Amino acid sequence: MKTIIKYTGAAVVALSAAVYAAGPAAAADALTIVSWGGAYTKSQVEAYHKPFTAKTGTPINSEDYNGGLAQVRAQVEAGNVTWNLVDVELSDAIRGCDEGILEPIDHSILPAAPDGTPATEDFIENTLTECAVGEIVWSTVFAFDASKYPDAKPTAIGDLFDTAKFPGKRGLRKSPKVNLEWALMADGVPLEQVYEVLGTPEGVDRAFAKLDTIKDDVIWWEAGAQPPQMLADGEVSIASAYNGRLFNAIFTEKKPFEIIWDGQVWDLDLWVIPKGAKNMEATLDFVKFSTDTQRLADQSKWISYGPVRKSSFPLVAEDMQPHMPTAPDNFKTALQNDYEFWADHTDELNERFAAWLAK
Amino acid sequence: MAQVEASGPMLDAAGVPLKASLARAERRNRLKALGLVFPLLAFILITFVYPIALMVFRGVDNPTVSTILPKTAEILRAWDGNGLPGDEAFVSLAGEFAFASKERTLGKVATRLNYELAGSRSLVTKSGRKLKKLEAPTKEDLVEIDKRWSQPETWSVLKRLAEPYTFAYYLAAIDKTYDVDGTVVDQPESRQIYVALFMRTLWVSLLITGLCVLLAYPIAYLMAILPTKTSNLLMIMVLLPFWTSLLVRTSSWIVLLQTEGVLNDILVWTGIIGEDGRIQMIYNMTGTVVAMVHILLPFMVLPLFSVMKTISPTYMRAAKSLGATPARAFWTVYFPQTVPGIGAGSILVFILAIGYYITPALVGGRTGQLISNFIAYHMQQSLNWGLAAALGGILLAGVLALYWIYNRLVGIDNMKLG
Repeated sequence: MKTIIKYTGAAVVALSAAVYAAGPAAAADALTIVSWGGAYTKSQVEAYHKPFTAKTGTPINSEDYNGGLAQVRAQVEAGNVTWNLVDVELSDAIRGCDEGILEPIDHSILPAAPDGTPATEDFIENTLTECAVGEIVWSTVFAFDASKYPDAKPTAIGDLFDTAKFPGKRGLRKSPKVNLEWALMADGVPLEQVYEVLGTPEGVDRAFAKLDTIKDDVIWWEAGAQPPQMLADGEVSIASAYNGRLFNAIFTEKKPFEIIWDGQVWDLDLWVIPKGAKNMEATLDFVKFSTDTQRLADQSKWISYGPVRKSSFPLVAEDMQPHMPTAPDNFKTALQNDYEFWADHTDELNERFAAWLAK
Repeated sequence: MAQVEASGPMLDAAGVPLKASLARAERRNRLKALGLVFPLLAFILITFVYPIALMVFRGVDNPTVSTILPKTAEILRAWDGNGLPGDEAFVSLAGEFAFASKERTLGKVATRLNYELAGSRSLVTKSGRKLKKLEAPTKEDLVEIDKRWSQPETWSVLKRLAEPYTFAYYLAAIDKTYDVDGTVVDQPESRQIYVALFMRTLWVSLLITGLCVLLAYPIAYLMAILPTKTSNLLMIMVLLPFWTSLLVRTSSWIVLLQTEGVLNDILVWTGIIGEDGRIQMIYNMTGTVVAMVHILLPFMVLPLFSVMKTISPTYMRAAKSLGATPARAFWTVYFPQTVPGIGAGSILVFILAIGYYITPALVGGRTGQLISNFIAYHMQQSLNWGLAAALGGILLAGVLALYWIYNRLVGIDNMKLG
C-alpha cells in the first residue's frame, strides 16, 4: 500500500512535470540536460553542448526548469528517470545527496588542469561535493533602470529599501532567500553576522520588518528571465536578478540598466545526476568534458558567470573580467549563500514568507 | 376449486412461478445494464475515487521514521513521553542513524523532522555523518555531537513522528500544531496562513459567482429573446473565448491591465489619470477576479441561456395583459422560471472557481493567491506532499459540505443544465 501511494504521488508530479516540460521526443541515446533556461542555458549550449555533440556525436536535448528538487524526486520515486543531468544550486545538491536521490560522482574521473594539477585541487574549495561537480559562480545582485534616475543613482543595498529617495516599483524574487539577507544588511547588520542574526527569531522579525517598509512597492518574480524583462517593460525601476541575465540585457540587448554589486549574494551551480538515470557513461563523459579548464572558460564568453576552476581564470577574456561576480572590485561586499542555514530553515522561512506575502 | 387455484402462486407457461421468472428476467437485465456501465464505473474508480482516497490517506500517512528507524520508533512508542527517554533509545537511535546515513535514507528523516522542528535537518545529517565513523556510539557521544539531543523537545517530536499515522499535517493545514506536551495549540501568528486562505478562496469564489450571475443574466436574456440570426452571432461571441486557450486569455488580461498596459495607457492619454497615477490592476486580487470572471462567464451564460430559451414569451405577455408593469412581470413571472439556470450556472462556476489554479498563479501577484496555489506549492516546491494532501482533503471536504448546504437550501433537483 505504501509503495503504491508513493508511486501514485510521484506519478502525479511526474505527469505534471512531463506535461510542463514535454519537448520533442528524445532521440535514441540522446542526453537530456536540464538547466535554468534563457541566456544561461544558451551559454551552456554554446560552450558545452555543441562542442560535445560535435566531438562524440551524442545529441543533447536541453530542457528548462525553475530550480528545486521536486521534479528530480518525482522521477526517482516513480522509477522513471528521464533526465540525465541537472544544473542545481549548492543547497539542492547537498540536500538531494542526503536524501539519496542523486548519484555520487567520483571526483577522480575529472580531468586535471593543463599544467597537471589534479582536479580536486584545481576546483575552488567547496565546489566539488559528494554528488555534484561545480561549474560556475553566479550571484544575485540588483540593478536599476538608469533612465528612471537621471540625477542621483542608487549605489548601495540600502537604496533598494529607500523608496523615498529612489521612488519606483521593485522587482524581487518570490522567495525568502537573498531578500532576508539584504533586509538585514540594509538594516545595518555587518556582512559576517547576517546568517547569525537570521538564525534567531528576533533577527527574522527584524528582516521581515525591513521588508515591510517596501512591501507595497514590490512585484515578485519567479523565473530568472523575468526581472530583466520587467525592467525593460518599465514595470519596475529596480530589480534583483542573476548577474549573468543582467549582463546579457545590458551588453547584448543594450538596455540602460546598471548593476550594483554591493551586497551581492553568491552561490554555485553544479551538475548532478538523478539516481537511476540512464546512459551513465555518456553522462559522465559529458560532465568530464563540460567541466574541463577550457570549457568552463569558454562559457564566460556567453555569460558573465565565473568558472569554478582556478586554471580557467586566466583564460577568461579580459573584457569579461570586470563583469564577473568574483572580480575584486565587485567582490568586496559579497556574501556567500549559506547552504546549511537554508537547508535548515527553508521550510520554516518559506512558510513565514508565504504568510507574510498573503497578509 | 377455481378459487383455491387462483389464491396459489401464478405460473407461467413453463410451470415456474411467475414472480420468480419475472425476478430472473429482471436480474438478467440488471446484469446487462451493469455490464454496460462497468467500463465507466471502473474508469471512475481507478482515475477518480482511488487517487482521491490515496490523497486523503497521504494526509495522515507518516511512514518515514517507523520504516527508516524501526527499532528506535518501537522504543519511542513505548516511552511515556516525559522528560528524556531511557539510554536504550539513544543507543538505538545512534546505531540506526549511522546505518541510515550509510544507506542514504537519513535525508528523508531529516526532511520529515525539519517540517516539525525548524533547524533539525542539519542536526540529523550532521549527527548521521559523525555517527557513521564511530564504532559503538553511546548516549554521551550523541549528546556531545549536538546538545539538542539532551533536550526533551527533540525527543518529544521524534516520538510523535514514530507513530505510523499522524494528524500533524491536517493540524498544520488549519494553522495548528502540537507543543512539547503533545497538546494542540495555535501556530505562532507570524506563521498562520491557511485558515485565512481558505476563507479568502471561499469569499473570492462567491464574489466571482455573483459577478458572473450579474454579467451573464442580461447576455443570456438577450440571446434568448433576439431573433435567431442576431442571437447566433451573440452565441459565437460567447463561445469564441470559451474555445480560446486559457493561457492566451489570461495573458491578454496581463497585456490589457498591467501598469504600462493598454487600459492604463488609454486612461493616461485621455487625461483621466496622470503618468504617476497609473493604477495597479493586475498582480493583485483585482487581476484574479477580473480574469477569472471572464474565463468562467461562459459556464454561467450557457445554462442560463438554455433555460431561458424554454420559457415561452406568452407568459410575459399574459402577465402584462393582466395589468403587471414590465418590472413586476419580469420579477414575478420570468425570473422565478430562470432560477434553475442560475442554480446550475452558480454551482458550476463556484466549484470551478474554488479549485482554480493557473489564473491566480499568473495574475494574482501577492494578494490574489488562492488555496490551490499553495497546494501546488507544496507539491512542487517544498515537496511537503503530506501537507499538500491535507490541504486538498480539507478543500474537498469543504466543497462537499457546501454542496450539501446548497442541496438543502436550493435543492439539487431544482437545477437545469439544459
